[in-house]
Amino acid sequence: MSDKVEFQLNGFKLEAGSDETIWQVAHRHGIQIPHLCYSDAPTYRADGNCRACMVEIEGERVLAASCIRKPTPGMVVNSDTGRAEQARRMVFELLMADQPPRDAAHDPDATLWHWADAVGQTESRFPARLTPEPDLSHPAMAVNLDACIHCNLCVRACREVQVNDVIGMAGHGAEAKIVFDFDDPMGGSTCVACGECVQACPTGALMPAKEVGKQVPDRQVESVCPYCGVGCQLTFNIKDDKIQYVEGREGPANLGRLCVKGRFGFDYVHSPERLTKPLIRKDGIARGAVDDLDPANPLTHFREATWEEALDRAAAGLAEIRDRDGGRALAGFGSAKGSNEEAYLFQKLVRTGFGSNNVDHCTRLCHASSVAALMETIGSGAVTAPFAEAENADVVMVIGANPTVNHPVAATFFKNAVKRGTKLIVVDPRGQALSRHATHMLQQKPGSDVALLNAMMHVIVKEDLVDRQYVEGYTEDYAALKQHLDAYSPEAMAEICGIEPNVLREVARVFATANAAMIFWGMGVSQHIHGTDNARCLISLALMTGQVGRPGTGLHPLRGQNNVQGASDSGLIPMVYPDYQPVGDPAVRKRFEDFWQTELDPDPGLTVVEITDAIHNDQIHGLYIMGENPAMSDPDVSHARAGLAKLKHLVVQDIFLTETAAYADVVLPASAWPEKDGTVTNTNRQVQMGRTALPLPGDARQDLWIIQEIARRLGLDWAYAHPRDVFAEMRQVMASIAGISWERLDREHAVTYPCEKEDEPGQEVLFGDGFPTPSGRGKFVPAAIIPPDETPDEDFPLVLTTGRLLEHWHTGSITRRAEMLDDLEPEAVAHLAPADLYRLGVEPGGTVRVSSRRGEIEIAARADGDVPPGMVFIPFCFNEAAANLLTNAALDPFGKIAEVKYCACKVEAVTERAAAE
Amino acid sequence: MSTASEQASVPKPPGKHRRKGRSHRRGRQVEPKALEEVRALLGDRPRRADLLVEHLHLLQDAYGHLSAAHLAALAAEMRLAMAEVYEVATFYHNFDVVKEGAPAPPEVTVRVCDSLTCAMFGAEALKHELATHLGDGVRVKYAACMGRCEQAPVARIGNRYVGGATPETVEAAVDAGSEPAPLPDYTDLDAYRGDGGYRLLGACLNGEKTPDAIIEALDQSGLRGLGGAGFPTGRKWRFVRQEPGPRLMAVNADESEPGTFKDRYYLFRDPHRFLEGMLLGAWAVEADSVYIYLRDEYPECRAILETEIDKAKAAGLVRPEIHLRRGAGAYICGEESAMLESLEGKRGLPRHKPPFPSQVGLFGRPTLINNVETLFWVRDLIERGHDWFAAEGRRGRVGLRSFSVSGRVKKPGVYFAPAGISVRELIDEYCGGMADGHSFKGYLPGGASGGILPASLGDLPLDFGTLEEYGCLIGSAAIIVLSDADSAAAAALNLMRFFESESCGQCTPCRAGTEKAVKLMDGPGPWDTALLSELSSCMMDASICGLGQAAPNGLLSVLKYFPSDLADPEAK
Repeated sequence: MSDKVEFQLNGFKLEAGSDETIWQVAHRHGIQIPHLCYSDAPTYRADGNCRACMVEIEGERVLAASCIRKPTPGMVVNSDTGRAEQARRMVFELLMADQPPRDAAHDPDATLWHWADAVGQTESRFPARLTPEPDLSHPAMAVNLDACIHCNLCVRACREVQVNDVIGMAGHGAEAKIVFDFDDPMGGSTCVACGECVQACPTGALMPAKEVGKQVPDRQVESVCPYCGVGCQLTFNIKDDKIQYVEGREGPANLGRLCVKGRFGFDYVHSPERLTKPLIRKDGIARGAVDDLDPANPLTHFREATWEEALDRAAAGLAEIRDRDGGRALAGFGSAKGSNEEAYLFQKLVRTGFGSNNVDHCTRLCHASSVAALMETIGSGAVTAPFAEAENADVVMVIGANPTVNHPVAATFFKNAVKRGTKLIVVDPRGQALSRHATHMLQQKPGSDVALLNAMMHVIVKEDLVDRQYVEGYTEDYAALKQHLDAYSPEAMAEICGIEPNVLREVARVFATANAAMIFWGMGVSQHIHGTDNARCLISLALMTGQVGRPGTGLHPLRGQNNVQGASDSGLIPMVYPDYQPVGDPAVRKRFEDFWQTELDPDPGLTVVEITDAIHNDQIHGLYIMGENPAMSDPDVSHARAGLAKLKHLVVQDIFLTETAAYADVVLPASAWPEKDGTVTNTNRQVQMGRTALPLPGDARQDLWIIQEIARRLGLDWAYAHPRDVFAEMRQVMASIAGISWERLDREHAVTYPCEKEDEPGQEVLFGDGFPTPSGRGKFVPAAIIPPDETPDEDFPLVLTTGRLLEHWHTGSITRRAEMLDDLEPEAVAHLAPADLYRLGVEPGGTVRVSSRRGEIEIAARADGDVPPGMVFIPFCFNEAAANLLTNAALDPFGKIAEVKYCACKVEAVTERAAAE
Repeated sequence: MSTASEQASVPKPPGKHRRKGRSHRRGRQVEPKALEEVRALLGDRPRRADLLVEHLHLLQDAYGHLSAAHLAALAAEMRLAMAEVYEVATFYHNFDVVKEGAPAPPEVTVRVCDSLTCAMFGAEALKHELATHLGDGVRVKYAACMGRCEQAPVARIGNRYVGGATPETVEAAVDAGSEPAPLPDYTDLDAYRGDGGYRLLGACLNGEKTPDAIIEALDQSGLRGLGGAGFPTGRKWRFVRQEPGPRLMAVNADESEPGTFKDRYYLFRDPHRFLEGMLLGAWAVEADSVYIYLRDEYPECRAILETEIDKAKAAGLVRPEIHLRRGAGAYICGEESAMLESLEGKRGLPRHKPPFPSQVGLFGRPTLINNVETLFWVRDLIERGHDWFAAEGRRGRVGLRSFSVSGRVKKPGVYFAPAGISVRELIDEYCGGMADGHSFKGYLPGGASGGILPASLGDLPLDFGTLEEYGCLIGSAAIIVLSDADSAAAAALNLMRFFESESCGQCTPCRAGTEKAVKLMDGPGPWDTALLSELSSCMMDASICGLGQAAPNGLLSVLKYFPSDLADPEAK
């Protein structure tokens, strides 16, 4: 493909790459050719429809669109002939006839106006068409088709780039029209508000709502999205220290794409509810008495304090418990929402300042079981390949994950792959947006993954589809697995998992016989008491078929939080130091004791749910929580909240008065992501640079500063002036990032780890030649079927499963304060099968009471055909009907992760009268 | 485990409840009843995306329109995005999409052809009278050329056509109800075989002849694409044959250039002669499937082809799979790459070339595309030798052409006449002269796209390549004869309206150009000839396909040859 094509453009002899178009070559050589329907952003197919880029090719009857035409050897092309220029000008004159006047333009800075100026054609002699009405039905975007030039970039954005398939071009001729679904108002359509169309539109016909796009930013800051583990790079457009709008940037994980949260979910930083002063609980207010507390006005329960007083009080409470009851009576929850540097310093504070390893974070609630299985079998807890490798895969299997909701931009890469011919296997009890794209959609019974995966592996063994060479060369303990699988025939497993034997066989064959197959999984795999077993099966499946270590293959647990990978890498885990070096290994401990120049607790600490239990058992009395919200996120959250109430001392560092902060003795107002410098590591192991975009509000402070001030008061003599100083220290004990300097990251924006040397790129696809285990081999660990901890019975006949909504992040503390996200999902909803609602006599939108052995909530019912009958799905972001009041805290024995994906529940209709009472 | 007393408290939630939550999933829901109906209608037909237009026809035929509920259900059933279904359903003229709350169209729709020949014969008055006479239960609307220009004016009621339509005959047809269209007498399989039909195909299939020999024979015959482009047929077959397999064949039976009705003429009379040519083509390029894209306006042809293809299959004559597909009222789908898009179940948008369909065609595979008439002559050219064909011709031109002649002549119809014949000869020798009371004023040599020539150029040879220097094209050889009763300017406006209505809307010069041109030509004042000329240049130079490139031909002909028609505002 490296053949060069020689041709002539405007009299110059030029060379084109074999895939280059005339426009691209011209652009490369600084020859300006107007373009409207063509976008040079990645993944955008040239469509050649606007005809603004016409050039003359010698020997051809008509002009050619340079954006789509590739030069051939000896071709003579001219972009500057009178004929070509006249045609291009006329195209603009035709388009200008129908544009709103420039002083009323929706986007005066639009590409269209830029090029109209350049070609000197901003006026028109033609009569105008009828002006279409604006569509302002969507909270986040305005549709003004009076500016539409039918270039269909938005259709390509929606259909080919993000593959959300909402926008179409209906009708034909001059009556052709951009439509959402069936020409529905955008706000009532299936639009998921990724805003790709807004970013692509060259005229202002599609714009952010409320005319913010008309604002001319006074500065732009390049950073990373703070929501999910995809790690989209973005640009904050700022005016008067306010983020006006956000655009996607070409990061390795997003290629310019964003989702609704990353594009429209940033006004939370400007929320009037931001904490701007340190708070101390008022005397006489009990810690648990938070019912009438309004987080917008916390002064009913708290009083404002100076930083000096608040820090003294916070640290003194911790020091007192430490000194009286020992370091193990304290614990700290760090945050996967903060930077690597913050995570590192936080765990260092707990380990060296508190004196125990009782430090954990939300990884416990998401992929702890996956990491346990991965560490056990292949010696590395991170993904083996980035999700973009899906493009090199023949088969992609997505299991227990709903990426269009939880990793929307990663999902676009899967859909892109499907469009190019990759087969997609989706395994999940619930249907999802990917179902429509799936070659095989398996809706198994909830909690039956081991049965399903063992049956697939059984077929692979019986039909001799095992990659023997790989198994012999790179794995161990295969014989035991093979024997174990004998009992798991598809026929035997069909009843348990609810998938027909022939389907299990076919899917097993498709996966095993692929040249390259890749597995992605999410919380549906991990959040079970058998989560580690689920992951073990997936690892075995990949190992026995040799689907690891090559392009297009691999194991990819989709990490949830923007920095859950980095926070884990940085040591925010009770049993390991940074880079997963075991606390229990004396040599490792010695190294860290030398490095940190202090004695360290030799035993691993407690995990998130264990810490709650330890509070109830009077073992832990003090807790320092940075940016986590266990009062919403923990399973059986009544129990967790009671634990918070029982503490002797609670310090919470956050940007809002969260449900957890409501219980605090001292609340420290911290920094939001756009207010700080720092690195984060996404699900792909890409370390990325976040940069300060905004000043801190009021008297809020940098988290890094707060941690150090607490540390200082606990007797630690720290002096990190900037995150780069922390990062430099981390590199000394983390071989994985040894080759990544702060300066390099600032220059390159993203570097994948492991990266040992500064002049080498990071390694994207790992384990082509064995694994970082003692034997160098990947290990098969058989898994037997363990039923969920609590199965439906007469009293609680339905299965409750929990998860997230597209618009809301985790516990909702950020996203429910982002106006557009709040408007898109304003109230608590339980998703039920339409048939179940009908059976209950509940109209969609009506109220139901959902109860479990641990609690009950009243909540609006949403009819959702993706939910199978017998199941209820409740997102855990709504405090007024918190799903975790109902969930089961039973733990996976290896990962210590709770089974929040499965418990028994009951649903009843709430009549109007009963609701009023 | 928690206890009831532990149900600990929580501060107020942060949400603002400015809006109400959704009671359903995002967007339009699929109604169970509509889904059931769609499933029943589709039966065990495949749900493949390329069958979308076919499935839309099923719904339109069964319910008289496409309701939003059915479209949503069809999208779900076919696993397509709703927008993908909606944009296709609204692209084609013959589908009636009805959103929630909107009235469904009446049971009967009368379509009055308003393309040039029918317009000359009073389509406007006919439509007006029908609309006032037929009442509320009947919808009367215009439609584009129905390929029956020799019977102008023409109206369509369901699948029945009324030629020489008057309000009375149309009303009678409406009253008669929606019987299937009566089939003409035609040469069926037995008759065709009795006359030596399919012997050539048999000889090819059993190896007596080689593809190379057949292609060679076609080369010598000088047969060119008779859909209008005139590309040498033998060369096309060879090109496709040279491409790596698997290969496909598509037949363009979407004859819809106003004034053209020759394909219908041949299909009505001798369908197997066409089918044998088609099967020879498929054999020559080793296509395992053949797709026939037949315009929706020819239901009789569809009935004939369905019957006769079945017979041919039963007789063991058919090796490839034949897919008889139905257009849905879109002139643009006569453009070969737009036809491919439509066959793939999409909107009929012409593709960019290169690559050419012979390389990247239907479903991305090398595809042989031929017009009906081109294939119709293959057997004769090979069996009878090319001499009988090549010996014909006038003014140095070679071969025979099928001229569809309509307008102000005594005997309009399809005439198989020598290439290079002049329009005057055609009128006098074949059409019985001008219609009574009409004197020859000018003519359209190639339907709506070919421009308009004045009587003073009535002696030009009519053939591929002879008219370009006069700003005109022969195209599909659809000759529409104008008389002193007709205004060339009015004709040009009729043509531009046709192109505006039939533009796919993809590219700016055609989409906006046709729309602006109509506004300029139909405005209150005189034509802005300077601006129209500038616009025409851009349309001809910068449109993606032939539609936009040829759309200004009529208008430019008026500027060039009929300036006096512009001077007379009445005539305009």
